[in-house]
Amino acid sequence: MMTAVPISWFLTLSAILFALGVAGFLFRRNIITVFMSIELMLNAVNLSFVTFSYQHKEVAGHLFTFFVMVVAAAEAAVGLAIILTVFKNRSTLNIDDVNSMKN
Amino acid sequence: MDVILFLIFALIAVVCAINVVVQTHPISSALSLVGVMGSLAVLYLLLGAEFIAAAQVIVYAGAIMVLFVFVIMLLNAGAETKKGSSHVLVGGPLLLLFLGMVAFFVQRMYSPATTVHFGGFTGGGPREIGTALFTTYLLPFEVTSILILIAIVGAIVLARKEID
Repeated sequence: MMTAVPISWFLTLSAILFALGVAGFLFRRNIITVFMSIELMLNAVNLSFVTFSYQHKEVAGHLFTFFVMVVAAAEAAVGLAIILTVFKNRSTLNIDDVNSMKN
Repeated sequence: MDVILFLIFALIAVVCAINVVVQTHPISSALSLVGVMGSLAVLYLLLGAEFIAAAQVIVYAGAIMVLFVFVIMLLNAGAETKKGSSHVLVGGPLLLLFLGMVAFFVQRMYSPATTVHFGGFTGGGPREIGTALFTTYLLPFEVTSILILIAIVGAIVLARKEID
């Protein structure tokens, strides 16, 4: 009976969550779901930071995770305000319909 | 015991993450994302990061997701109708390639002997985090507070009603 988890399992789980976040970012068309996929990717990276912190017995990785959380909170506040403004002006949440910079 | 705990919560995290991507209604995606964050908090505890686990639940699953759910309710966002299918053909295989490469190199770099067990690292409590935050990382900490101030002002400027 194995009692300890290999460190590579944590990193592989982090990669799986990151890949799912990228998939959501690329394949979904709802702007709010795209935004949530970004949060999923940030969480995956945080798991890597904490795992490396454990491996090196060093507290710095936890602090990077803390800063990522703070930046994610700021990003969510501004991003959701932008989504509100876009919806107010265009009455749509589909990112394919928000293409005025393309033409 | 640690292996069982890891497998249970890793499975919950992956299933909830798949649910985030495949659900068409944003509110279902948001609730699945709360599930991912909760199970990640348990994995942080397993890695000895008590402060980060608490912050994950309070800041992410609490504050940020409430903000998301609030905006979804405010905009009355319905289910997605159009499916973007053109990217899946190129992006899907590329993502699988990325996953395979990462898994391969991680398995090569870290032998199964380097393991994680509960209690193997105890330097993640509030005392250690606070000491490092207010000595070595004081400047980034203060810059972060300026960043949050800018974000508050920016959010208010973007979301306010125009007054003539």
